Amino acid sequence: MNDKEFNYYISGETGKWEVVIGLEVHAQVSSNAKLFSSSATKFGSEPNSQVSLIDAAMPGMLPVINKFCIEQAVKTGLGLKAKINLLSVFDRKNYFYADLPQGYQISQFKHPIVGEGEVILDMPYGTKKIGIERLHLEQDAGKSLHDQDPTKTFIDLNRSGVALMEIVSKPDLRSPEEVAEYIKKLRSIMRYLGTCDGNMEEGSLRADVNVSVRKVGSKDFGIRCEIKNVNSIKFMQQAIQYEAKRQIELLEEGKKIDQETRLFDTKKNETRPMRSKEDAHDYRYFPDPDLPPLKFDQSFVDGIKKKLPELPDDKKERLIKDYKLSSYEAGVLISDKDTSDYFEDIAKNSDVKLSINWVIGDLFAALNKIGKSIKESPISSKNLTKLIDLIKNNTISGRIAKEVFELMINDNRDPKVIVEEKGLIQESNVGELEKIIEKVLKENGDKVAEYKSGKDKLFGFFVGSVIKESKGKANPALVNDILKKKLS
Amino acid sequence: MTDLTKLTLVESIKHVKDKKCSAAELVSAYVKRIEKSDKLNCFNTKDLENAVSKAKKIDASKKLDKALVGAPIAVKDLFCTKGIKTTASSKILSNFIPTYESTVTEKLWNEDAILIGKLNSDEFAMGSSNETSNFGNVLNPYRLNNENLVPGGSSGGCASAVAADLTSATVGTDTGGSIRQPAAFTGIVGLKPTYGRCSRWGIVAFASSLDQAGPMTKDVKDAALMLDVISGYDEKDSTSANKPKSSFLNSIKNNVKGLRVGVPKEYRVDNMPKEVDDLWQEGIKILKENGAVIKDISLPHTKYALPTYYIIAPAEASSNLARYDGVRYGIRAEGKDLTEMYENTRSKGFGKEVKRRIMIGTYVLSSGYYDAYYLKAQKVRNLIKMDFDNAYKDVDVILTPTTPTPAFKFGANTDDPIAMYLNDIFTVTANLAGLPAISLPIKYNKDGLPLSLQLFGKSFDEQTLLNTAYSIEQQVNFKSQVKDWWM
Amino acid sequence: MSINKDTIKKISKLARISVTNEETDRLVKDLNSILKFVEQLKELNTDKITPIASVSDQVLTMNKDEIKKINEKEEILKNAPEKNSNYYIVPKVIE
Repeated sequence: MNDKEFNYYISGETGKWEVVIGLEVHAQVSSNAKLFSSSATKFGSEPNSQVSLIDAAMPGMLPVINKFCIEQAVKTGLGLKAKINLLSVFDRKNYFYADLPQGYQISQFKHPIVGEGEVILDMPYGTKKIGIERLHLEQDAGKSLHDQDPTKTFIDLNRSGVALMEIVSKPDLRSPEEVAEYIKKLRSIMRYLGTCDGNMEEGSLRADVNVSVRKVGSKDFGIRCEIKNVNSIKFMQQAIQYEAKRQIELLEEGKKIDQETRLFDTKKNETRPMRSKEDAHDYRYFPDPDLPPLKFDQSFVDGIKKKLPELPDDKKERLIKDYKLSSYEAGVLISDKDTSDYFEDIAKNSDVKLSINWVIGDLFAALNKIGKSIKESPISSKNLTKLIDLIKNNTISGRIAKEVFELMINDNRDPKVIVEEKGLIQESNVGELEKIIEKVLKENGDKVAEYKSGKDKLFGFFVGSVIKESKGKANPALVNDILKKKLS
Repeated sequence: MTDLTKLTLVESIKHVKDKKCSAAELVSAYVKRIEKSDKLNCFNTKDLENAVSKAKKIDASKKLDKALVGAPIAVKDLFCTKGIKTTASSKILSNFIPTYESTVTEKLWNEDAILIGKLNSDEFAMGSSNETSNFGNVLNPYRLNNENLVPGGSSGGCASAVAADLTSATVGTDTGGSIRQPAAFTGIVGLKPTYGRCSRWGIVAFASSLDQAGPMTKDVKDAALMLDVISGYDEKDSTSANKPKSSFLNSIKNNVKGLRVGVPKEYRVDNMPKEVDDLWQEGIKILKENGAVIKDISLPHTKYALPTYYIIAPAEASSNLARYDGVRYGIRAEGKDLTEMYENTRSKGFGKEVKRRIMIGTYVLSSGYYDAYYLKAQKVRNLIKMDFDNAYKDVDVILTPTTPTPAFKFGANTDDPIAMYLNDIFTVTANLAGLPAISLPIKYNKDGLPLSLQLFGKSFDEQTLLNTAYSIEQQVNFKSQVKDWWM
Repeated sequence: MSINKDTIKKISKLARISVTNEETDRLVKDLNSILKFVEQLKELNTDKITPIASVSDQVLTMNKDEIKKINEKEEILKNAPEKNSNYYIVPKVIE
């Protein structure tokens, strides 16, 4: 499984290039209220209905921090195995924009709440550690609507002041695939912790992608461009592919890369410069005088650590150990906390191999088809356990089980009841089976002769015919045994 | 009948409680004076009719138990007052009507004080002479040879109104001396409490780490009463201090025996006018005669206080004033796009001094200059604070003059920003160190202009400060010499 | 470190305040005068001094994760110079 090699290199005229990527992920904290004010954070509400006087930056308004958001940042930091800074400072990042009412964003510049950590990726070519530089808390901005009017922009401040965790990775990523895995892993960790719902369609997770290129083997970093506010994994990958190509082409022509901020145009599938040079921002960071430094002691952090749920990587190790799963199987299960919970509900009490196959195989396929998540699964883990047990104790064959499964998708009925109702109990009576087998062999005498003279492949034909004759109910293992005896 | 407007705040409230006058009579007495005093230009907004009807309601309720019952109080136009225009004396907020009340003023009205109007000031509290207001200059009730003088700033309207008996008391704000300096220029009492003692919620912010609300009153007991009402922890202000509450007024004592008074040599600046130096000596003498122990102390970094202030205050202001952009409130000027709209709105909306401070503030925070200016200033600020921490090991209060000169003429300092800034030379240290300080009128100079002394206290020890001031006040018996020349 | 017309131009752009040529000239003079005044701080060696973190040694107040008011739309739009029933309105931004 881990014998593939990393191979995202781009061949140019002057040699082989590699892409160096760093991500700044903005994750909205799953809190009821905003970071420094007590208005709501729900997505999709009526415009300007979740805006307080503080969010609207009225004269004389002052920020007061939401304790829950601090806890979520610490939790996330622990999930990233990162250093938690007992002392951190809030700074003002000063710039003007219509969706930034204060004329500054409260963020953390020099002293963030969380320091260095790591995220581990499972790639086909092995595990890879991606370094985390830091995590800090900051305010989100409001929304500008440019398309409502030809000469005017409409401003909605609902999102203004919502708590964001900005997670900055080290420039350790090297391919669009690694970026996808990184985002998925990060999202999974935060979902497990409950600190961010990772819902990219609603904007709770978005990223600025920093891309540069260099010749394979070089240790120096090339000039990077930042692609801002990409809100889907697919777009991130497309943007990286385009940007890498663009930069390589320029460099091969002997030109220089301009360090700039770019946007990804999702319709044209290309990146373009965001601002002109002269508008380069000087953010004039300074500690926010309205907020004393944030201090807490180690016992606060330890209290949070004690209550942490099992994290994806730890769960993976445990599943592999306890259930003897392969790395791949465990990896699939942990990608979603609900999935691994569902699996364990079954596997605890039932056959592990069957559990794995049915969950990852049949259940996933069925859920995909009807567009539901495992949390919304029409078949409960309890009933799926029952189905698996019916197979395990030979009451029904695997084949019949698939039929029963299809029926369960519609109404989550007890499979035992379905099997009895429809008379699907496997035929395991040797006497009965012998009757059927003899019938089949008699009707296909010529084929029997062919088989006995060497055409081994016909064995499958006999098995199939017996199953068919029994209307699918024949126990395949027994059929196999009896047929072997009769044809020898 | 007593002229009710000549009573102190404490006396007027007692009058109302003792039914010697009604709240309506008290308020009406002030209203009459206000109506004849437009020349002083103390008020940006008046709410006189409403004030009288509120007073009548209080009289009708017969409930006279609140601490400020019936007292007519005008407040600096920097405090957001619900439903009443709040302009910060600026064009950019000239049409702004808040839908909320500042914590400090809320406390006043909760004690049944009555709002009579909003007082003029320097624009966005930036200035030392009330010459930068969008609504014109404020006149000092004291004149020099019948020539008009500045009342000081930025709480010039406040000081002038108290001195001219147009309000029974007021609250101003002090960022670098804006309560104490105008109090000194107009012969009234001005107190800047310890940073964090009073809430900043609902006060138009100038420099967040320096701003404090404080009382400006006719005498020390009035200041103590006002402080009792307006102080207190506010969970809506993250810089608000959570201290146990006790009454400053009830604990006021006329006793300085054994009090250790520090006299800092660095405040004896070059070219200090003799009358100011003499005043200082007089203050020392009075305290000594009453049992205080005088100690010469050193606050070695004093001379760096003003430059430190003029880096930190504009820097914070440049950020605090970024919200005035014409988008959500205030005036808006036309522009072909958002950027132009911002630039035109702010250019038209802000006055000269405000623009100057925003520019210097932006500069000292900008890339390449932050370390040399802002960061450096915050370090020197620490040195200045440590000077005081050190001194307070040996003394309880510190005595200095409030200002280097008495009130000056209009236009005297408007050409040179630095000359204007030097007015704050004795006062900014209190803001930088977060300490409480009070200005107390002592006597008149040969031109009939009031001269004042300043006392610095220890952090959150306003009681000792008030006691000391009260003691001196009882000795000097300073009386107002304001003549109603403008009526 | 002194200020010239270009500096004023740059700062005024950062501060979003338009300045006329006259104003620029006066600002160059005034700002240089202020800078000269504050340069005094250079005299002090502050290598071992930490910048002041908070004036009165306060501990950061923290709020509970509770929503206090629901829908203040009318109040927050009330003072806007240009708006409709749902949004603040500004001249278009040139992206």
